[in-house]
This record gives sequence, structure tokens and C-alpha cells, in this order.
Amino acid sequence: MASPKDPFSPIRLQIMWDRLIAVVEEQAQALIRTGFSTSTREAGDLSAGVFDVSGYMLAQAVTGTPGHVNSMARSVKHFLDRFPVSEMADGDVFLTNDPWKGTGHLHDFTFLTPCFKDQDLTALFASTCHVVDIGGRGMTSDGRTIYEEGLYIPLMRFAHAGKIDQTLIDIVTANVREPVQVVGDLHSLATCNDVACRRLREMLDEFALTDLNRLGSHILEKSKSASLEAIAKVPSGTYRNSMRIDGLEEPVDLVAEMTVGEDGIHVDFSGSSGISSYGINVPFCYTEAYASFGVKCIVAPEVPNNSGSLSTIRITAPEGTILNAEHPAPVSVRHVTGQMLPDVVFGCLAQAVDDAVPAEGTSCLWNLYAYGGPGRVEADPKQLADADTFTVLSFHSGGAGARPGKDGLSATAFPSGVRNVPVEVTEAISPLIVWRKEYRLDSGGAGEYRGGLGQTMELGLLQDAPFAFSALFDRIDYPPRGRDGGDNGGEGAIYLASGSRLNGKGTQTIPRGERVVVDMPGGGGLGEARMRDPRRVVDDVRGGLVSADVARSTYRVAIDDNGDVDENVTQKLRAN
Amino acid sequence: MAGARLAADIGGTFTDIAVEFDDNLHTCKVPTTPDAPEQGVLDGVVRTLDETGLGPADFSLIVHGTTLATNALIERKGAKTAMLVTEGFRDAVEMAYENRFEQYDIYMDKPPPLVPRELRFGVVERVDSRGNVLIPLPDDALASIIPILRSERIDAVAIGLMHSYVAPDHERRIAAILKSELPGVMVSLSSEVSPEIREYERWSTTVANAYVQPLMSSYLGRLSDSLSDLGFGCSLCLMTSGGGLCSLETARQFPIRLVESGPAGGAILAARLAQECGLDKVVSFDMGGTTAKICLIDNGEPLHSRRFEVARQYRFLKGSGLPLRIPVIEMVEIGAGGGSIARVDSLSRIQVGPDSAGAVPGPACYSKGGAAATVTDANLTLGRIDGEAFAGGTMKLDANAAAKTLEVDVGVPLSLSDEGAAFGISEVVEENMANAARVHAVESGAEVRGRSMIAFGGGAPLHAASLARKLEIDEVVVPVAAGVGSAVGFLQAPAAYEVVRSRYEILDNSFDVSALNALFSEMRDEASGIVRAAASDNALVENRTADMRYRGQGHEITIVLPDGPYNYQIGIDMIDRFETSYEATFSRRIPNLDVEVLNWSLRLSAAVPDSELCPPDPPATEPEPNGTRMLFDPETAAPMEVSVYDRDSLKPGNLIVGPAIITEDETTTIVLSGYEATVNARSHIVLRRAP
Repeated sequence: MASPKDPFSPIRLQIMWDRLIAVVEEQAQALIRTGFSTSTREAGDLSAGVFDVSGYMLAQAVTGTPGHVNSMARSVKHFLDRFPVSEMADGDVFLTNDPWKGTGHLHDFTFLTPCFKDQDLTALFASTCHVVDIGGRGMTSDGRTIYEEGLYIPLMRFAHAGKIDQTLIDIVTANVREPVQVVGDLHSLATCNDVACRRLREMLDEFALTDLNRLGSHILEKSKSASLEAIAKVPSGTYRNSMRIDGLEEPVDLVAEMTVGEDGIHVDFSGSSGISSYGINVPFCYTEAYASFGVKCIVAPEVPNNSGSLSTIRITAPEGTILNAEHPAPVSVRHVTGQMLPDVVFGCLAQAVDDAVPAEGTSCLWNLYAYGGPGRVEADPKQLADADTFTVLSFHSGGAGARPGKDGLSATAFPSGVRNVPVEVTEAISPLIVWRKEYRLDSGGAGEYRGGLGQTMELGLLQDAPFAFSALFDRIDYPPRGRDGGDNGGEGAIYLASGSRLNGKGTQTIPRGERVVVDMPGGGGLGEARMRDPRRVVDDVRGGLVSADVARSTYRVAIDDNGDVDENVTQKLRAN
Repeated sequence: MAGARLAADIGGTFTDIAVEFDDNLHTCKVPTTPDAPEQGVLDGVVRTLDETGLGPADFSLIVHGTTLATNALIERKGAKTAMLVTEGFRDAVEMAYENRFEQYDIYMDKPPPLVPRELRFGVVERVDSRGNVLIPLPDDALASIIPILRSERIDAVAIGLMHSYVAPDHERRIAAILKSELPGVMVSLSSEVSPEIREYERWSTTVANAYVQPLMSSYLGRLSDSLSDLGFGCSLCLMTSGGGLCSLETARQFPIRLVESGPAGGAILAARLAQECGLDKVVSFDMGGTTAKICLIDNGEPLHSRRFEVARQYRFLKGSGLPLRIPVIEMVEIGAGGGSIARVDSLSRIQVGPDSAGAVPGPACYSKGGAAATVTDANLTLGRIDGEAFAGGTMKLDANAAAKTLEVDVGVPLSLSDEGAAFGISEVVEENMANAARVHAVESGAEVRGRSMIAFGGGAPLHAASLARKLEIDEVVVPVAAGVGSAVGFLQAPAAYEVVRSRYEILDNSFDVSALNALFSEMRDEASGIVRAAASDNALVENRTADMRYRGQGHEITIVLPDGPYNYQIGIDMIDRFETSYEATFSRRIPNLDVEVLNWSLRLSAAVPDSELCPPDPPATEPEPNGTRMLFDPETAAPMEVSVYDRDSLKPGNLIVGPAIITEDETTTIVLSGYEATVNARSHIVLRRAP
């Protein structure tokens, strides 16, 4: 038997693999700690990973967003096409925010740093994060082409042999609304790659390695074979699913055909709607990320992300569809559409495997994005003269779909991993006031397992002035669907407290004295409602999650005067 | 002889007792008695009196720490609790952060709230972030709620209103109504338990306090009475998670502050030891049966924070527990202990923990029905533990049972020998701890490398040398009584109390210095009353901090402030302190961006005399081994014979060259080859890399 101290004994290989994952986790942590954008800090909207010198991803940090699952890995290939490794020098740093060669919109910057040890290139580190502003129209659906959406930095050098490109910094500074924070984030991205490179050099010394070749091939082979083993448990075949969502100017169909075979899973999105005139289009890299995430969640959640495991999942979408929108289509809020893709993939997998797939959920985030102050709101300037200037972006979520054997999570983000912002903090830094934030009665889709409840938030301004509210919501016209006989989740809605409805997408003015009410969707139910354990229905009624009427009419459970199940009447109700 | 002091630390399996009198330290372990935990304490106290010949009148202080509150939260066995919140916000404690803490597991659940939805009631009222009343609290606000609380036989009520940290009046009025209408019910106010901005975290803390209060209050009352019955007239103080002692009354009012007292005691021990040994930069490593705790100690002081999460229910993951905003000693705790279970995953990788076989059924070698391979089984197979002398010989370990589970669970799937499997498990658990230590350091803007390690708790001395090597640490101290480190730490903790206030300020021209001075003076008065109750006439030391960030950021960093009162220059001084610290952590400053403050804290503690520096090591002498044992050698992948020393027979100055084993009743220290162990002048073992 090999000595356990042999660097290539199985135990050593595992320890080195764990260490490599720890290196990228530390890289991500360094970015979270220093990032400015709320979505980086609170939502973990960032990514960090290590690549071999051919551009294969060996390890990626688990962060709050699936949006970078393999989009960042693909991005590294684009860098290497443009800047061959033979031309890279110690101290070079590369960057881009190209939505098609990065991670899907201009707000995301990707940085690549070659890591040298003793004059040899040993690895590449990449990181991605979301910056607070990139000029243009901001993060709204309002743009009609990419040119309106902000500053576009092609694949280029951020630093040349250790010297940062001041011209680039000056251009960024001149083009964004929060230059200090944005430029700060660019430095953070470069720094976190440096931190990781330093750690990698230490690791190579500790394990007496000169390169990552042997470890890298071990990681890629093991991950690929573990993924294929997991895929082999899914019956081979072709599965089709189609899901309609609100879209913007017209409803959007997301159509998938999944082929499961011995060599992997292929998802093709032919038949999906064409591109929109607004920024809800999805660059292909982002489609690939969320679709792959959906497959992994069900099929092989335990296998780490790397080029080996991801090579077993292939995603395609025809050019010119909303899931492969080409330059110069507007893509700023591609997440509203892209976050729906795990649900589309789940619909295919539900046909292949029993009791393993949740019902549809809200899926896209229901963020509150409001701003106000003179010159910032489309309203009579006189009404704005004394208003405070503010911008608030706070993350919130509707209900998730019911799961096999379990109810769906209420007011919880999926597939995004976002954290909310406390109401007290929002109120401390702005004149906004939130009057209500609680579960929506009966919004969870009925089923043997109930969908998660959506929530209602009602907000207004403490000042006597109008303010702007930028909506980016879906599932208003087409709510999350139940599965296996489960009912749909409650549809979303947005309206003024006085009654008039607002649009689900686009920036709108909230007149002074008015409040906005946002009803977030509930998740779909799983299995027939009349199969639900009557005691759980009673618990839901007691907790005010389900009304007594719905308990009786939909779940067919009667409740007696003590608030317990009326067994006899329930039996009769359920018999029909 | 007055002046003896006794500490009692109730853990999951054992209750540890430590007594200090004159210059003696006496320790013992007795079984924990879960049904009536005070009984275990009394058993230990009686045994200690017997073993030391001391009488109750000889004692000047008893210090107590317990996991009772923590267990009630983990097992959800607290009081029937209701919650009153601002109308419109009754789901805040259930929505939590609206996120998933585990990205890929569609089956993950959020921690269930301590109060079910039907017992969370909205109250008509509203205050804004500046403290202005938008909707006054009606006099009859509770009219419809009181009858329900009565009929539901509620034992405790938590009150959490929006922005009550700045305007507590409505919470106080509600509490007054409850007290007059429901006299027997205990009431916790969020403006008192945790007056900090961020409603979910403040209310989570308040609900947890209410939930454990009836249980803790009655337990502490019984314990106090029983000690009186035994003839103890000295004061009884409680160890808090913040590393200070508080009076019985304070403990009954804010029992949530007692949750992490054991680990805090360990950190205090390590801090005092760092001072004694003159170690500036230390990482303490405390490993027990279920978890390992790692804490950074700079210049003899552990870092303090107010962020803690109790009752993590999902693989010990961050986010899977209930957040508490209470003063704590900053440390990282991971699911890595002697009972941690090992298995092989779908990628042929060994995974260890975070699930633990605990004390019952325990590791396979305990022969108590445990069938899973654990870290302790691995240590036994490697020869690090003597199966005949475990826990002072009170428990025989079954080496065959250990080898069998290792073979089945790990050896066969990976084609490894029993020893190979055991070595793999030990490497993986050490790597897990090393990674946790590194990440914790990064999060604190520090480095682990180059520090000294202080190792205690039953499991740490077994793994310390190996962990130190992974972390590039050259020196490890294994203190006297390492197996009962927390109880010893209790004896060294000062009476202390921390008060916090949220008050939003931007450090620009609008900054109001006189209001700040008034705020701190009010905080000092509050803390002083509480500390005086536990330490009547010591000099008091004040530590002030502010939680600051660049405007628009989401996380604050805690900055130490100078003593007050302040003049107009404090704003500039604070910005400078913040930016210096920010740069140290994040390697840059951000020009032209305002700095804002969210929270202010004041910690008042009784002055503790500086530790006397440990005298230099006596001249090196070579002790006689007490025997030999076969210890697995990773270099040759085979067992080798090494010398075994009994710690009790070692003398200051003794030098042992590794590989060697040093045994004591509660733990075993492994001296790896390439290391040497010195017994210093105070009898602590110091491991160093051999020159």
C-alpha cells in the first residue's frame, strides 16, 4: 500500500481537492467582504473559481447565485481565445463585462488572473461580481438595445505586468453614477484573485507539487464519472416541457426538450419565444447556467461544480430566441426570464423520475426597487422640490413550489440564493415606510403538499411627494403551476392601495399620498389537495395560512367547533 | 480559610468542576443529570468538598455555566411562548432572511420559529426610524389578545415592535398591561433584550429569551436554594457567552446571554494562558465530542462580537439556526468532534461529520450500540488512545468494534486497510478544522499562520500537533487540566456586562457629540448597576465600540473607541480608526465616501490583575517513560512502538522528543515525530518543532 503521505495516495488527493475548494471559498469570501453592491454582499451575487492552464475549471466556490454556475467557466475560454496563455505575464489581470462573454449583463464584471509560481503559469483564477451601477438606464427592463444599458468593456487588460490601466479606470469613473464604489469593486475582484493565487502557491509548497496536472485530471475524471453514475439513474429518453410566463409586451413561452442518455443530459430550448424589445432577453451563457443548475439540483446535487461534472450536461438554444438573444439585444434584467429555467427543466425531469421534483414556484425575485428626489421621478417638479433623494433596492421573494413529501418554502428565494434587506434598515436609510409584510392567505397552491405562500408588502413615502417604483415581476398573468394534480400557486399582483393596477414590468410613478401594494405569488402544489393529511389542513387553518373556506372547498376538510378535524363530514366531503 | 472559588460547567455528558484555593487547582468530572441538572452540580460539589477537605464557608464565589438554555432551543423544549409584534409584521420571525442557506438541496427547510403563527399577534401601532409615532398605541390594544393568552395558558411573551430600539415606549406600555393582566407570565422586551436595528435578528433574540426564561429562572432558583441548603453563603455568578460573569438576577432576566458559556470559558482560559506565556498571537482550539471551537486571541484578548447562531439544524451550516444578537466571544464552531461520523460519498471521498454519534450511542468502540465509524474509533485504531485507560480507566473501549466499523464504512469502499481508513478519517477531520480556522481568520481580517496554538478539551490534544502543522503553526500549548478547560476558564473570568444601542449617525458636520456623550453615560449607568451586583467593589474597566461602515455597505465592522467624554474631534478620530481598520482588513481605503455608524456598545468589567508571566523553563531533563504503545506512523504506513508518559509524573523542565504519547485522565497529547514537548514552569506542555 502507498504511504498516506505520498502526494498521490487517494487520501492525499482528497485532501488536496478539499484544499483547492477551500482556496476558492476564501477567494469568494474576500470578495464578499469587500464588495459594495448589495447583491454581492447580501445575495452572494458573485463567483470565484480556479482553472487549469487549458481553461478547464477545477473548483468553484458555492455562492448565492446559480447565474454563474458555468457562465464564468465559459468566460475563461473567451479570455484564452483572445489572450493566449503564452502571452500572459505575471501581474497581468484581464477583465470584461461583455454580457455574452461574461455572465449575462453589463452589471457583472469578470476578472481573470494568471497565477505564476517560479516563473511558470500554474493556474488561472477567475471571479465575477455585480457592480452597483454601470451607467445607462440602470437595472431596468426599459432599454431597447444594449447601447442604452450602460458602459461596455470588451475583453481587455485591467493590469499589465502589475501596472493598472489608468485610462480604463478614468473611463469607468466618467461613465457610472457611483464611481468610487464601482472602481472599488474592480479592485476587489483583482485582489480576491491575488489572495487565491497566494494560497495556491502555499498549497503547492505544502504538498510538494510543481503543477496541478495530476490533481486536476483526478478532479475532472472523478467528477465526470460521479455525474454520469447519477445520470444513469435517470431513465434514458426524451422529455418535453413548455412553460408560459408573462414576458413584457407579450407572453413568453419557454420550451425545452431534454434527452437523457448514457453520455449525459442534453437540454435544447428550440421552440421558445423570440427576443423581446426590452431588457428581459437572456444571453446564452446565462441560459446555460440556470438550466444546468436545474438539472444538477435534481440529478447530482452533491457533485461539485467543475468542468468534469458540467461536461455531462449540455444546453443548446437557437439563436434569435429569448434564451439566446444576440448582440445588440437589451439584456439588463435577464434574470427575470433566466431564473424561470430550473422550473422548465424540472418539468422535463418530473416525467423521468418519480417523487423527486418540486412543483413550479415564483422563481424570479420580487425585488423592491424605488427611488425619489428632485429630477429623478416623472412627476411635477414642484411636488419634488422638497423631497429627499434616495435609491432603495431590497430583495424579496414569493413562495416556492411544493416538494415531494414536503410543503414548499414560503417567501423564500429559489433558484436565487438571495437574502432580504431588513425593513428597519430600508427605513433608516430612506424616507420609505413599509406598512405591511406578511404571508398572503391561501396563496400557496393547494395539494397533498402545499406550495409555499407568497407575501404582501405595502409601502409608501413618509414625505408628501411622489416616488418612482421600478417593477420587474413575473407570474402575474401566468402563476406557478401545480404538479401531479396539485393546484397552481396564487398569481402575483401590483396595485395602488387606492385600487388601480400597475404594470408588472417597467418604471412607474407612485403619486404622492399613495401606497404601493405588492402581492407576491405562491408556489404550486404537489399531488391532489384531497389527499392532504386533514390534520395538516387544520394546522394551516389554525395558523391562518389557509382559510376555512378553502379547507372545505378545495381540501375537503371540515373543521369542528373546537378547531379540530370533523372526521365524519371530512370523510363524506372526500368521498365525492 | 475563605477565598476558595468553585466553577461548575454542565456539558452534554459530564459536569466539570474546578476549584481554586490558595494556589491549588482541583478538578473533577461527574455525570450530567439531564432531568434535574442541578443534581449533577451538587454531586460534584459534594465530591469536591470531600476530596479537598474544604467546607461551604471556605468559598467566596461559585461560577456556573450550563448548556441548559442551548439544549432547550435545540430540542425545542422551552416554554409555551406568544409574540406581540407591530401589526403587519407577524411573519418576520418565520420568513427569516427569505433565503436558502444550502443552494442545491431542494429539500432543505428553514429553522422553524419558536412561536407558531397562531400565537404571534399583531398590535396596532407604528413608530418610524427616527422614533416618531406614526400610529399611537391604543389603550385597548390588547383587549382581544389577552383572553387568548389566558386560554392558551401562555408562560412567556416576547414583545417586538418596529424601531423599538430607538423608541421603547410602546413596548413598555404593552409589558405593563401584560404584567397587570397576566401577573404570572414572563415578558421579554426587544428594546431590553437586544436593542439593535434589524427586526428579524432583534426579535429572534427576544423570542429565544422568552422561550428559555421560565425554564432557566426556575432552574437557577432551585440551584441557588440547594447550594444555600448545603451551607454556601457566597455569591453565585453565571458565565455569559460574552466571557463575563453576571449576577443571578441578571441571568434570570436575560437567560439568552448564557447560551454559549462553556466555549466562552474555554476562550477565557486561553486568553489568560496567552498572557501568562507572553504569546501575542494565539489561536485556541477546543475539541469535544460533537464540535470543535476555534478562536483568535490577540494580545491576550479574544475578539468580541454580537453575532451568534444557536441550534443549527442542518449539517451545522451557517444560516440553519436561529440568529441571536448577544455579546459573544467571536469564534467558529464546526461539527468536528470525537463522535463525528465518517462515511464515503459518491465521489469516493471520505466525509467526516457534522453529524455526531454523541455520547449515546457514541462511537462504535464505546459498545453502547453505536454502529457508525467515528473520529474516536479512528484514534483508537491508530493507537492514539489507550482503550484500557479511557476517561481515567472508567470506560473500556472495544478496539475490534472500532476496526470493524472502519473496515465496513470506509476501508472496503476505498480499498484501504483499517489503519489507512483511520488515518484518512483523521486527516479529513483535521483538514476540515484547518479550513474552518483559515476562513475564520480571513473573515476577521487576520492570519492563522505563525500564531501559537492553545489546545484543550478532550479531543484537541490528540489532533493539535497535526492541525498545527497544517496551519504552519510552530508552537502548541496544552494547559494543565486541559480536559476541563472551560470550568478552569470560568474561574478567571471577570464580572462584566455589555450594553448596546442602535443609533444611526453619519460622521459629518451633523454629528451630535453631546448626544453621544449622553448616550454613553446612560449606557454606563445601566451596565454599572448590573456589574456591581456581581462585583461590588472592584475597579471597573470600560470598553467602548462602534459598528461602522462606509455609507451604503451592508456589513459593519466593529471599531474600538477611546474612553469618553468626547469633544468635537471624536468624529475625525472615529473616521480615522475606521479607515485604519478597514484598510487592515481589506487592503484599501475608499476615498470621499461618508462613514456611518449603526450601533454603539459599552462593556463594563471588573478589573482583573494581569497574569504573572510564566518563569522561564527550568533546565531540560529527560523523564523516564511509563511504558510503550504501538502508534500508526504515516510515513511508513505501519505501526511503530513509541514511549508513553503519564502527565501526572512529569516535572517542569522535562523534555520529550517525538514521536511520543503523554496521557492524563481526560485527554491524550500526541507528540508527532519532528516535534518535542517541554513541560514549562507552570506544568503546561509546550510542543515545538524540533530544531
